Amino acid sequence: MNVLSATGEALVLIGTFFYFLSALGLIRMPDVYNRMQTSTKSATLGSLGVIIGTGLWAVGMGHSVAWIVQTVVVATFILLTNPISAHALIRGAYRSGIPLWNGSVVDKYGEHLEAKAEAAENEKDEGDGE
Amino acid sequence: MIGINVYLALIAIATLLAMYRFLVGPTTPDRLVAVDIMTTITTGLMVLFALYYGRMIYISVALVYAVLAFGGVIAFARYLEGGL
Repeated sequence: MNVLSATGEALVLIGTFFYFLSALGLIRMPDVYNRMQTSTKSATLGSLGVIIGTGLWAVGMGHSVAWIVQTVVVATFILLTNPISAHALIRGAYRSGIPLWNGSVVDKYGEHLEAKAEAAENEKDEGDGE
Repeated sequence: MIGINVYLALIAIATLLAMYRFLVGPTTPDRLVAVDIMTTITTGLMVLFALYYGRMIYISVALVYAVLAFGGVIAFARYLEGGL
């Protein structure tokens, strides 16, 4: 058990803990927006821990250094694409008319959509007046 | 190396919890969020299995799975918006 193996195993343990937290948030949160908020953040962090930790662990166990290269590639890909898919999914959920939870107090995207609709309405009225 | 069994079990439990939300979730986006989380967790699980079996080629399988899951979730999001 050398330093690389111990570091990798600790990272994998932290990553699995964050995976567990993300699944727990998926169950306990009240509406789809809160669920996406908690679970996506902690699942991304957990993926980074598990994948990079696995690479370090494998190198410490005597496998080739290519393990760490491949795991870093996978981790970078997940770090880049996971927020994009979460954003697209939650935007689709808002557009499809899922209501917010009763306790939610801020709805910036709804205000933005209303302001845009109002501006378009004013522009149309001015066009009719001329 | 014995500890890897414990980690695999913990990840399996997390996947089961996400599966509960997939089965129960009252609306369609709830289920899609659960699918998104399950694919993310499964990618990490595949990388751990690569270490478990000692074969580096399985990490490439995890990479391809991550790419396909990303495309699938984007397609579902477009469907929810009504653009598909």
